[in-house]
Amino acid sequence: MKYIRYILIFFTSILILWIDLPGSIPIKFAVFGQNVDSEIKPLVIDIQGTNFRYFKEFKTQLGLDLKGGSHLVFEADTSGTKQSDLEDALNASRDVIERRVNMFGVSEPVVRTVKSGSIYRISVDLPGVYDVAQASTLIGQTAQLHFKTQPNEDQELSVIDNSESTEGAGLALFNLTKTTDLTGKDVKKATVTFDQQTGQPRVALEFTKEGGKLFAAITEENIQKQVGIFLDDILISAPTVQQEIRDGNAVISGSFTTEDAKQLAVAINSGALPLSINLVEQRSVGPSLGTVEVQRSVTAGVVGLGMVMIFMIAYYGRLGMIANGALLIYGLITFAIFRAVPIVLTLPGVAGFVLSIGMAVDSNILIFERIKEEKRKGKSFDTAIRLGFGRAIDAIKDANVTTLLVAFILFNPLNWEFLPQFGLVRGFALTLAVGVATSLFTGIVITRRLIQIFYKK
Amino acid sequence: MINFLNYWKVYLTISLSVIIFGLVAIWQWGYTYSIDFVGGTNLEYRFEKAIDQQSLEKVVTKNEGEVIQIEKRPNNGYVLRLQAIDEQKELALRTTLENEFNTNIEVLRSETVGPVIGAETLRKTAIAAAIAIVGILLFVAYAFRNFNFALAAIVALFHDALVVVGLYSGLSYFFGAELDTLFVTALLTTMSFSVHDTIVVFDQIRDYRKRFGKGNIEEFANKALTDTMVRSLNNSFTIMFMLLALVLLGGTTIRFFAGTLLIGTITGTYSSPFVATPVAVWLEKVRK
Repeated sequence: MKYIRYILIFFTSILILWIDLPGSIPIKFAVFGQNVDSEIKPLVIDIQGTNFRYFKEFKTQLGLDLKGGSHLVFEADTSGTKQSDLEDALNASRDVIERRVNMFGVSEPVVRTVKSGSIYRISVDLPGVYDVAQASTLIGQTAQLHFKTQPNEDQELSVIDNSESTEGAGLALFNLTKTTDLTGKDVKKATVTFDQQTGQPRVALEFTKEGGKLFAAITEENIQKQVGIFLDDILISAPTVQQEIRDGNAVISGSFTTEDAKQLAVAINSGALPLSINLVEQRSVGPSLGTVEVQRSVTAGVVGLGMVMIFMIAYYGRLGMIANGALLIYGLITFAIFRAVPIVLTLPGVAGFVLSIGMAVDSNILIFERIKEEKRKGKSFDTAIRLGFGRAIDAIKDANVTTLLVAFILFNPLNWEFLPQFGLVRGFALTLAVGVATSLFTGIVITRRLIQIFYKK
Repeated sequence: MINFLNYWKVYLTISLSVIIFGLVAIWQWGYTYSIDFVGGTNLEYRFEKAIDQQSLEKVVTKNEGEVIQIEKRPNNGYVLRLQAIDEQKELALRTTLENEFNTNIEVLRSETVGPVIGAETLRKTAIAAAIAIVGILLFVAYAFRNFNFALAAIVALFHDALVVVGLYSGLSYFFGAELDTLFVTALLTTMSFSVHDTIVVFDQIRDYRKRFGKGNIEEFANKALTDTMVRSLNNSFTIMFMLLALVLLGGTTIRFFAGTLLIGTITGTYSSPFVATPVAVWLEKVRK
């Protein structure tokens, strides 16, 4: 049994160290005339199954304030939307923005909806994007999609042009003046597909249920006539209806190139933004500033930690060394958790971590003082440790619960809208909470083991 | 055993002078509110060559109206605080500046917060603080099964909050610290630390009571203070080392944040033996 435990501890330690590796470490040495030339990289899990793939890379995730990027908050204009549809409209808007941002080529964008009272917002995080003007134009364009048909009395004109080509729409365009109830709100999504016979690219529209019904009605009335698709009142396509369409799907075909079709699909998706939004908050950090701040924080952390360690050894001697050992283990475990979850590190987050290091030391100091006290009372070494730990743990638990409580309120995990929802504060609260929770573990379990192993009379 | 409680008048004088100084500071100097709370635009530019601050201010004022604050940073950097302008205007301003001074500008940071968001942030933060205080009160009352202790812990908590809030006005006046969301975070952390520290002392008193019954509370308290003083100071030193390193060497954005936490740690350590404990003892005696 005992061996199993040691083996378990050994492998856990290896795992933690592996996750914590700062980067690739080259290994070059010669054994028995054999040259070993390889490198150890931080752990990457990549499991390839027949129909699934699990990929996880353990690396430090930095927040926008550290690696640079833009944070945009848009407020939705909800005046034209029914209360019951609001939630859907907002989520749909978020999806549309997400698609647009992805097409913009941003890596790992985060698009979230934030509700605050009766105000609905969409926050967009764009790592690596520094041009806010460009980004906000891309996201915020309030293009609206409309479908228009020919007025009934002009029926004879519709016969003039019934070619499938949008470019040949010519004369009939002027007659596409009758607005319909079908708008961008009713388009679920537009995708590029290819005609199975001709291989021509085309744009497939998928309507919502409501949109499907409207579209069925429109197509029924307009067989062999054109239906105009307008984006911001500019005609982008005028396909001719061949038959009534009931299944809520439509195909816009024409003499597109693949690129044209793609742009059209994007335009329609963009037009499908059901709410108009405007920018209310914007923060962007250039790439150079973050790097400097990271370096400074790391320096500060190392110097602070060094001072703490020197102090502990100066004051507590051998016990201090043990505490320092526990502290190092604490730091490694916490950092491994940051990488494994992963927890996005922001500047206040780093501060939270640094603060939690200070608090982790506290548990050790409490324990040592209690042990010393028991020894002063003349208890034997083993009894002193047992009693000291027992008495210290009550205080440690109670004291740390309050910190966790405050961290919980600041982090606002259930996203209550009456509490702050801003990222920086959350980053701080999260690292502090993880730090405190880990310190409870290392303080109680690891310090005790270390004392038993290294602190014989 | 040292009779700590004997010197309560000294503690009261120290606490009152710091708090009164803080309140006067708030009354006299107030705060510089960050754009988090009142809205506005912060721009941090780095120019390719040295730029004269006055002429920069002149050009900006001509183009974008009032410059609320302008601050020089190393390497030809400037931080401009303006009324909220949108990104198009920012671009226009930057182009104008580049032409005017015939240099290139690197945007290190650009932040704009609308006034509505600011007011909302302020309100939510206040709610968070209120919930935190109530939560702490309930927890201490539960952990010690004693309302007097809980009340004393809360008195110490308010004491620390007042010290931090008051002294921050001084930081604001002398060093240009802005009242922002990070300050509020630091304040809440101070509150939790304050109670954290108080609990350790109270725990010791509780321990004596468990062992020796309801004896002389004053003696127990003095004993507990003597027991925990070293631990309390040592613990604060370690946290202060970390924070001091952050203040002196850390990034500019969190300098005041770490500074506030430093003040909070000092007052949080001070208040446990010298505010919370005397109040708890006094309450226990009065309400018997």
